[in-house]
Parts: sequence; C-alpha cells; structure tokens
Amino acid sequence: MLSVETYPTLAEASQAMTDRSRFLAGGTLVMRAVNYGDQGFDRIVRARQVDRDIRTESGGLRIGAGATMADVLASRDAALLHVVAARIGGPAVRNMATVGGNLFAPNPYGEFTTALLALDAQVVGVNGQTTPIESFLSGRAHHRGLIAAVTVPRVSEGDFRFLKATRIKPKGVAIMTIAATLTRGDTRLAFGNMGPTPLRAKSAERALNNATLDERGIAQALEVCTQDLQPADDPLASSWYRREVAPVHLKRLLLNGGRR
Amino acid sequence: MTSIEFRKDLFADERDDTLKEIGKPTIRQDILGHVTGRTPFYDDHQFDGLLHMRAVRSPHHHAEIRRIDISAAEKMPGVRRVVTAKDVPNNLNTLLSLINFGRDDEPLCAHDKVRYKGETVAWVIADTERQARDACAAVRVDYSVLPHVLDVEEALKPDAPVINHIYPNNTFDYHDRYDHQKLRFGDVNAGFARADHIVEAEYQMSPIEQAPIETCGAIAAPETNDRFVCYTNTQALFFSLGTTAKLLNIASSRLHFIGGTAGGGFGGKVDSIVEPTAVLGAILTGRPVRFAWDRAEEMQVGAPRGGERWRIKDGVMRDGRIVAREFSGFFDSGAYMRLSPYAIIKATGHIPGPYTIPNVASNVYCCVTNRTPATAMRGFGITAVDFAIECHMDRVAEVVGMDPIELRILNAYRDGDMKAHRRAAKNTALIECCQVVADKANWPLSAEARAQSSLRGGGGERAAIPETATDTEGRIGERRAGRVASTAPAGGTGKIPAGTASKGVSGVPVQNPDMQIDADRIGHRMGAAPTPGPTPARAPAPPPRAPAAPTPPASYQPPPAPPASYQPPPQPVAPPAAAPPAQTGPYTPAEPFSRGTKRPGTSPFTSGFRRR
Amino acid sequence: MPKTPLTFTLNDGEVAVFVDPGASLIDVLRRGVGDLTPKQGCAQGTCGACTVLIDGKPHLSCLTLAETVEGRRIDTTAGLAGGPNLHPLQKAFMEGFSAQCGFCTSGMLMASKALLDRTPNPTRDEVIEAISGNLCRCTGYEPIVDAILSAAQQGGAR
Repeated sequence: MLSVETYPTLAEASQAMTDRSRFLAGGTLVMRAVNYGDQGFDRIVRARQVDRDIRTESGGLRIGAGATMADVLASRDAALLHVVAARIGGPAVRNMATVGGNLFAPNPYGEFTTALLALDAQVVGVNGQTTPIESFLSGRAHHRGLIAAVTVPRVSEGDFRFLKATRIKPKGVAIMTIAATLTRGDTRLAFGNMGPTPLRAKSAERALNNATLDERGIAQALEVCTQDLQPADDPLASSWYRREVAPVHLKRLLLNGGRR
Repeated sequence: MTSIEFRKDLFADERDDTLKEIGKPTIRQDILGHVTGRTPFYDDHQFDGLLHMRAVRSPHHHAEIRRIDISAAEKMPGVRRVVTAKDVPNNLNTLLSLINFGRDDEPLCAHDKVRYKGETVAWVIADTERQARDACAAVRVDYSVLPHVLDVEEALKPDAPVINHIYPNNTFDYHDRYDHQKLRFGDVNAGFARADHIVEAEYQMSPIEQAPIETCGAIAAPETNDRFVCYTNTQALFFSLGTTAKLLNIASSRLHFIGGTAGGGFGGKVDSIVEPTAVLGAILTGRPVRFAWDRAEEMQVGAPRGGERWRIKDGVMRDGRIVAREFSGFFDSGAYMRLSPYAIIKATGHIPGPYTIPNVASNVYCCVTNRTPATAMRGFGITAVDFAIECHMDRVAEVVGMDPIELRILNAYRDGDMKAHRRAAKNTALIECCQVVADKANWPLSAEARAQSSLRGGGGERAAIPETATDTEGRIGERRAGRVASTAPAGGTGKIPAGTASKGVSGVPVQNPDMQIDADRIGHRMGAAPTPGPTPARAPAPPPRAPAAPTPPASYQPPPAPPASYQPPPQPVAPPAAAPPAQTGPYTPAEPFSRGTKRPGTSPFTSGFRRR
Repeated sequence: MPKTPLTFTLNDGEVAVFVDPGASLIDVLRRGVGDLTPKQGCAQGTCGACTVLIDGKPHLSCLTLAETVEGRRIDTTAGLAGGPNLHPLQKAFMEGFSAQCGFCTSGMLMASKALLDRTPNPTRDEVIEAISGNLCRCTGYEPIVDAILSAAQQGGAR
C-alpha cells in the first residue's frame, strides 16, 4: 500500500529515502508512475522546503533542484537556458516539472539534462558533494541520495546551441535532442534520446574543436556524430532512423542555429 | 426510387426548409454542456461504493496458458473478486454475429491461450483503482510461449503457426469456399497482353490507433427489477447491449444501457469489450463497477485501423488508357476477426477506384496474425486501397509521360458506365472534381481535359458487362496444404458470358423487410445448453435466411444456362488435416441458437443492429 | 486505509476532504468533491484534459499529488461562468464551434484562461503556445485558437 511522508527539509527527506521510496518534486514523473501502478516503490517522500532559487555565483549559475521550468523562464540569470526550458512540455508541465527531476527523466524526456551535459554542469548533492554531470549520468541508474542544485559554468550565449527534433509541431516528444557548447578548442556536444541517458558525441566534438562552422568544416563531425551514441528503437523512431537523421539535425544546429 | 419526404404540413413552423446553412456559423446543440463542463460523459455518473476493475494482460504475442494462480491476488487489501474466463457464461463471440456474419472466434477472457500482446487473461475487482492494479500485478500466470506471426503474408504460409483453430488457415473463409474475397470483371490477362506498359507496385499502410482523448470505459451497476444499468461511451449502444447479452447469457431486457456521449471515438469504441466486462463485474459483486482502459491500454489493446498491404498491376496503353487492373490485398485482422472481413467486402466494392477499366481482378485476404485485433476507423476498408490506387495513378502517369490529373480525367468513370461489381455508375463527379482542383491549384489543364464532363461519353459500350474469366483457385485449406502459393488472381479457366449481371449481395443475408424483427437473425444464445428432444425443426440448420444454395459472391455469377466451361465448384478438395468444419458446408454453430426473443419478459428489440 | 485531511479553495468556495495516500488532485476533485469538469484522458501528462489552475497557473491535476494543494487556490471550469453569465471564453467557444466531442474543452478553457489572465491581448503564436499542452483529437485546433483570440478582443481577461 502506498504511503506519503512529508519532511520539513530536503536533508531530512534524504535521510528517509529507501529502495522502496521515490522523492516527489514536480510530480510529472512520480505521479505518472503512481497512476500506472508502478510496483517498484510504495513510499512517496516529500520535503516542505524546496530550493527553487536561481542565482549567479562566482563560478557561474546555480539552479536549485526544485526550480521549475517556468522558474527558469522567469529568471534573467538563466537567460541562456530559456531556449531549453521553453521547449519542454506545455505551460502546465513547465509549471510543475523541475530541474532536479529532469536529471532523472527517462527517454524520451530529459531535454534540460541534455543541455546541462553540453554545458558541463555540476550536480550538487544534499550533502554538498558535487559530481560532474557526465559521471552523474553514467551512474544514474544506481544513484542514491537527493539532489540539491546544479551549477552551470559561464558560457557565452553565442556559443550555446540547442535543438529538439519532434514529429509534431509546435510541440511533441523528442525524437532526439541536441545541445552544443561551441567554445573554440573545447566543444561539447550532447545528444538526448540517443542512448540510455543523454550522451556526449566525443568523436564529433574532436572534429569540431577547431573547425569553421561551414559545410566543409563540419563534414567530418557529421560523419562521426553517431559513433559514440546508442540509440534504441521506440514507438517514436527506430534506432536506424535516429542514426540516419542525426547528422541532418546536427547540421541544422551548427549552420542554422537549429532551424531548417 | 424513394426520396426523403419532409412533413411540411406538420412541422411548418418548426423548421425553415430553405436549409441554407453552409458558410454560416452554427451553434451546436450540445455545446453549452461542453463549455460549462456539464456534458455527462460515462465517467461523470457517480455511484456510492463504486468498485474498480482492471485486467491482467498477456505480455506475450502468442502463448499457451498453463496455469493461473490467483491465490495471492485474492488476499490483497481491498480485493473483492478475481475474475477469470470460467466466470464468463458464454466466453466466445464475434462482433458481427449479431448480423450472422462470421464464426464466434474471440473470448472475452483468454483461457487456453493468448493470441496477442495485451489480451485479457483475468480481472481484479477492488475498492480502489490502485488496489486493483496492485492485485493484478500479483496474479501469477504460467505461460508456455508459442511461435508468433506478425506479418500478413507470413501468416498465409503453410508452416505459419495456427493462431486460432476456428480459422485454421489464418484467413477468413469467404462464402464458405475461398480463403479470400474474389472480384472478376472481364479478363485482366487478355488486357495485360495487349497493353503497351505494365505498371506494378506495392503499397502498405500501418495500423492507426483512433486515440480518442477519453479512453474506452463503462460503469455498470445493479438496478431495480433485477436489471443492470451500464453507462458507456460506446459508439454502438445496441450493438454493445446485444454483445453483452450474448457473452453474459443474460436477457437483453435486463440490461439498461445509457450512452450517447463519447469523448471521441473515430471507430475505436464499437468493439463492445468494456461493457460486458463492467456488467460482468456488477453481476459478480452486486456493486457498481467501473472498467476503463488507461492510455497505455488504449494504445496497446484498443483495436486500431488494421494494417493493409496492396499490390496493384496495371495494363496501360500508350495514350494513358488503363485496360486492365489487378489487385492483391492483405488485411491484417490481428488475432481475431471483429470487423475486418466486412471491411474487405467494402474494399472490394470500391475496386478499381472511380475509374472505368474494362478488365479488373482482385483477391483480398483477411489474415489472422498475432497483432492487436483491428476494427473500425473512419472509412475503414476504403482508405488504404484508395491510397494505393491514387499513388498508383501517379506512377502510371509517370510511365506514360502524362499529366496526372489529365490521366485521371481520361480514365474517370462517367454516368452510365459499368463498374467492376456490375452496377451502373451514377452521379459521378470525378472529372468535375479534377477540374476544380486543377483550377484552385493553378494547375494547367489542356482544353480537351477541361471540356470533359461526367455527364457525357458514358454508357453505351462502356455500360456493357464483358465476358469474364473466372477461376476457382484458393479454395479454403488449399494454401495451407501447400497446393497453392500465389496470392494474385489466377489465369481464368472458366468463362461467364458477357452481359451476366449481378444479383444482390452475398456474405450478409439480405434483411428484408428491413425493420422486421426476425428471431432467426438475432442469434444470441439464451438459457442453458440446447435442450435435446423436441427441438424446433430449424435447430441445427444452416444460417437463417440463406437461400437454398449458398449465394455466390457478386464477383462471379453462375450463368443462367451453365455453359460447359463454367463448373460450379464441386465439394472442396479433400481438406488438409486441420481443416475447419465449415469446409463441407455453410457454417453451423456448435450449438444452435435458442431464440431469446421468444422468451417471456425478453425485449423483442434485442440487438437492433441493421447496418453500419 | 489512513487518510489525510486536506483543505483548499475551489472556485471561491472552501473545501475540506480526506484523501487517500497517493491520490491525485483530479481524483479528489472528481470523486471526493464532485467537481466533474476536469477530465482524465491519459493520467500521464500528455493530453491536458485535466488542466486546472493552481494559484492562477495551469497545472495537470492528474499529476498533482492532492496533498500538495493544501491551502492553495484551485480554479476549474465549474467556476468559469459568473452565475448565469458565461465567461467570454465560453461564449467564444460556443460561437466559434470550438468543440466537437467536448472532452478536451475544460482543459482548453483553463489553459486559455491562464493565458488571458496574464496576457490580455495575445498574439496567435502565444495562443498556440498556451494550448500546446492540450490535445484535441477531433482536430479542432483552428476554431479553438480563433475563439481564444476572439474572447481576448471581447475582454476575455476579467
């Protein structure tokens, strides 16, 4: 039988977590599992105080894990991420879904996390311990403990690119998501929905590191962009289709800022 | 013949018969309810003590059920009852049995084996939906997985797994004779022989889910006078009522069905599954019971528009005239028949599209596979073959180097032309449609094409019924026995003389006079097993209303005086080992239908389903 | 089953109910309170038929844990009309033939009310964005967008 436990703070809630618990933030993932009778947990854990604060710190941007997509859109400090948050769900989902929850969102969701991976964000645990997002994602399936915040290093707005490919306009679930930070010599290129978690396309990153952004300059990156990805078949698209169209979308991202 | 008679004398004050409505805003009758949220959908009826029913579903495409262990589920908190196949009084049905079409082939709850992923194997009724879900997860089913087939043409192969012994060849049996629906008009092979070009191609349409925003559901509750009320979002209220009466072996007069409001349907709410299930729950618990699919079930279990594959072969003259067109069609009916066999008859009536082609042949197969059963969806039976035909017209235009719209105008049927199913075309308007479309799209048309009219140039020679080549290939069971491999229409061995007209429809016996209640055609079993002894003379008779000899399909008509060349097929060739009983004659139910309408207290309006 | 007491404001009225652990807001509204205007189409956040306003902002009531609305204000379609007078959005939907089956209508109305309350004169793109989380399978989006724009012109933000 299901139970709900509410704690004053995140730290106390974190203490109460067990293998049969799920932490409820915005509800878009946990309540869906509840509605569909997920037998994997029977305790919902909540905290009364959640960190929804978004502010600029010395190292960059700090986003409280409880911040919703609507909070991100309302924050001037997070202007870089507006293009990402605006592409998630409809207004109701954006009022509910949190940045912390998005870190755990399974395919075909998790667009925000894909962007965080391209931005080289750090994941801050309740205990204050920080983990680079890439290692956080590779160990996500066995992650224990709650997330307090994420921090995003400063990136010039012109260097950041984001694209969500959907079949339905204006909104739909993603066939794939691509985010890139095109800092010269330090390119980071992340794909969402192209593997069990958002993944970096490292071969393509190397090919882009000192490339000029024109047809010839990106040709090598397009060729190798799926080498490090593991797309799966799902009802939205086959693995084959995803591999075929990934270079097309990457080209749009690099040359047209994500437009056709 | 008949026209609508407006009773202006009686309703003169009530309606303005000028009927100039197009282009003017209209306020819908039901819209005040919609915008205030007061429209009563089935789930907006509230009951004290409502119980929730959920299904345990097969995770396999095809598997034998060895054992179902409900003991743990029964002990779960809030569980009122775990229901299995043995609780369904008459656990075998086919949707169109209410109009005597097809054999009963589908259980409401699987018992011997499951034939598609998501098929029901048990239900749980509990106080809350969550408790019902938890208990469903605790039902243990021991499956022995069987090989499955998911492709229509794979299903036709001799070594394909038999999915349902009721259709042992994985096809619907048409007219008790063939494993497909035939259409023959003229001689396609003679047409191909004189054609300048042969154009062949294959087209395929995937299954499409209707996906109404409101999923299928029903609430049933005990009512006064030993009746059960059922609020449902069915698209076919009396169909659902008749099906429920048959499956639950309950007089239809004890069922009070209330529908009329569906949150979208599009054909996906005619299959009458949630209603018998909810009523069964109410009967077993004596409480109001809600049975509704969640979104995942709607997508996986809700019957879609079935997938179809079509191959078209055209014989075309250099000037663009199509002189022969041949079809091979495959409908994916999924694990059970439901409405697909009927959709094929519709598709065959549509062939070869709105064109006058002197030689037409078609074979269409209704294939059983281990997919979710298919059902109705907006124009089903027509959509895919039309898609194939119109794609093919473009392909033909390319081959002969002709404008695609002009090709259509050249081949379009005109008033008075004979269609392949031997009815004269009337009220045709394809030419005018093409002309208007070309104008709207600023598409240049030749003066000649622009001058054409549906009202001129038809009839005469084009009204003639040609001598028709016939064949008897593809008799029931032959394919499975490995004696016939080709699925395309075979070369003709028989001949029907020119001018042989069609006579009515086969397949569904003509119901005439239309609204007369005839117990023989209602056909749901009532009461216990048939009583031996002084049974009515007609008890195990062939389907009612069938003429003395089975009506042959419209596509080939025995000539008035049989010429030597045409032989009405003798008894089908000796069937293979696992032959269906129906091979030797018209289908007869295993036990005769007792006639529910004759029983005291039973509504004479059982299953008032005429045509759809 | 232990139940949790819950109080909130529903369309200007105070509501006090006991809820099952894990119950969603839509369950409490429909079965607990008897406000049948939010509709459940998917229970997973894709269709928007259950959209209600929480403190003026659109939320999916099927994915909202009921306990989280303690002390907050919920608005549903049941409270849209002022007594016998329909809200401009309701009138515009009626006149614009903006519903067929009517199942998505409640959610559409709440999503568009949230828009007009904050943006009284939206552009067409803003309207489309505002209802982008609401599905209509009778495919009537154009008349819905037209109706919202028409309601805005008639002072839809009250």
